[in-house]
Amino acid sequence: MTIEAIEKEIIEEFELFGDDWEGKYEHLIDLGKSLPLIKEELKTEENIIKGCQSRVWLNSELINGKMVYTADADAIITKGMVAILVRVLSNQKPEDIVRAELKFVDVIGLKEHLSPTRANGLVSMINKMKTEALAFVN
Amino acid sequence: MNDLNNIREQFPILNQKINGYDLVYFDNGATSQKPLTVIESISNYYKHSNSNIHRGVHTLSRTATELFEKSRKTIAAHFNVQNEQQIIFTAGTTDSINLVANGLAKKYLKAGDEIILSTYEHHSNILPWQLWAKENGGKLKIIPLLEDQSIDYTSFEKLISDKTKLIAITQVSNTLGLITDLEKVKTLTQKNNIPILLDGAQSAPHMAIDLQKLNVDFFVCSAHKMYGPTGMGMLYLSEKWLKELPVSKPGGGTIKTVTFEKTEYAEGALRFEPGTPHIAGAIGFAAAIDFINEVGIDTLFKHEHELVQYAQQKMSEIPQVIIYGKSNHKAGVISFNVIGQHPFDVGTLLDKYGIAVRTGHHCTQPLMQCLNIQGTIRISFAIYNTTQEIDFFIEKLKKVITMLS
Repeated sequence: MTIEAIEKEIIEEFELFGDDWEGKYEHLIDLGKSLPLIKEELKTEENIIKGCQSRVWLNSELINGKMVYTADADAIITKGMVAILVRVLSNQKPEDIVRAELKFVDVIGLKEHLSPTRANGLVSMINKMKTEALAFVN
Repeated sequence: MNDLNNIREQFPILNQKINGYDLVYFDNGATSQKPLTVIESISNYYKHSNSNIHRGVHTLSRTATELFEKSRKTIAAHFNVQNEQQIIFTAGTTDSINLVANGLAKKYLKAGDEIILSTYEHHSNILPWQLWAKENGGKLKIIPLLEDQSIDYTSFEKLISDKTKLIAITQVSNTLGLITDLEKVKTLTQKNNIPILLDGAQSAPHMAIDLQKLNVDFFVCSAHKMYGPTGMGMLYLSEKWLKELPVSKPGGGTIKTVTFEKTEYAEGALRFEPGTPHIAGAIGFAAAIDFINEVGIDTLFKHEHELVQYAQQKMSEIPQVIIYGKSNHKAGVISFNVIGQHPFDVGTLLDKYGIAVRTGHHCTQPLMQCLNIQGTIRISFAIYNTTQEIDFFIEKLKKVITMLS
């Protein structure tokens, strides 16, 4: 699936909740719980993204020309956001990742989590995902 | 409080919806909201009296100077300080502590000297001393906490030696709300005649402080945590230190005479207030003090104490909640965690219900390391908070716990 197709899928998933923010957050929390964990040995100092409040671990590898991300976070709401981002960007071509605008986050009403003042490490995580993909773009 | 509704009317910011809910502002430990009298005092100053102070011959400058110096008197009176020159206007608690640390480092502190701090100090009462110690071969000694997170006075006594040059300690822990027993501290330090720096950032907003009676060497606090403006605070110097603390931040306004060879500094507060000060801030600070005194500091303490008791009681009925520093001797602050949940998640969801709390390490990372936790959720009260707000908070906290588990 392309990045856009996955984004569309996520938007539809969240549209079901309409204005019910509690339902939306419960879904986000569930997504967090289902996040395939990063291997313990990959939770290294190098892979940690320090937010002021919650920590995110991100590992990336290039497998068959596609970036594969695994990640974790210590706060569940952050983890839910991490799960969504991994779902959208993992198994994609590096050049597509670099180009991705991730506008869907605004559409599903979770943009506040990507605000730089949020101190949850997500903005830095996206930057890291893109920077690491960029290294493989010719 | 008989007239709580009246009190809330003086804080227009409280009357708003956040995410569709009435704002519940429980982040007063970070900064309190400002009453209209404070807001208006600042706006009136700029509307009618703005001018640079001291040394001006014109009328406006005299008016501004009078307002500024009258503010110093109001603040001095509030803390029962006879000589208002002992009140130095600063940018806040952090600035005040740095002023003391940099001054002491010039003359009074030597290599091999020791400074004693408590485990629950705010970073701003650690870092200036740590920097001094690192650059000058000094040493910091840390008072441990007991099981209930209160200060271990027995261990404290053992840390004191003839090398101890200062005790820098907070009167109220910003994270736990626990109140330091200053009488005990003084009993321990008196025989060695060790100066005390008392951090009043979290005590001054909540309780009566008589600096004459406390008889400490240095006292610091911030206006913005006590209904005043940000960027404003004070440093109280005892008579001895007002004369002896070396100037570490020289500049315009601090002097009597200047030649390229040498400078004779002014006496009194001015020697520590270089540059054009935050005049509106000082006026706003005094207006905040007037507000506190109109309510009555004892009424304020009693009201907040009741809120803490009420909230702690309700919170302890929730099995997943752990309260830190669970003592009754507390001022305005409760720190807690929900078992198995990250403070960030709890804070994020409470915000969705319009409840403003603080989460994280609260600038007390060494305390977090001592408690072996990443952070806590902190609620902190002011005069305008109500038991109804606590009821709403408890209801939503329970809901948040369900959502997260």
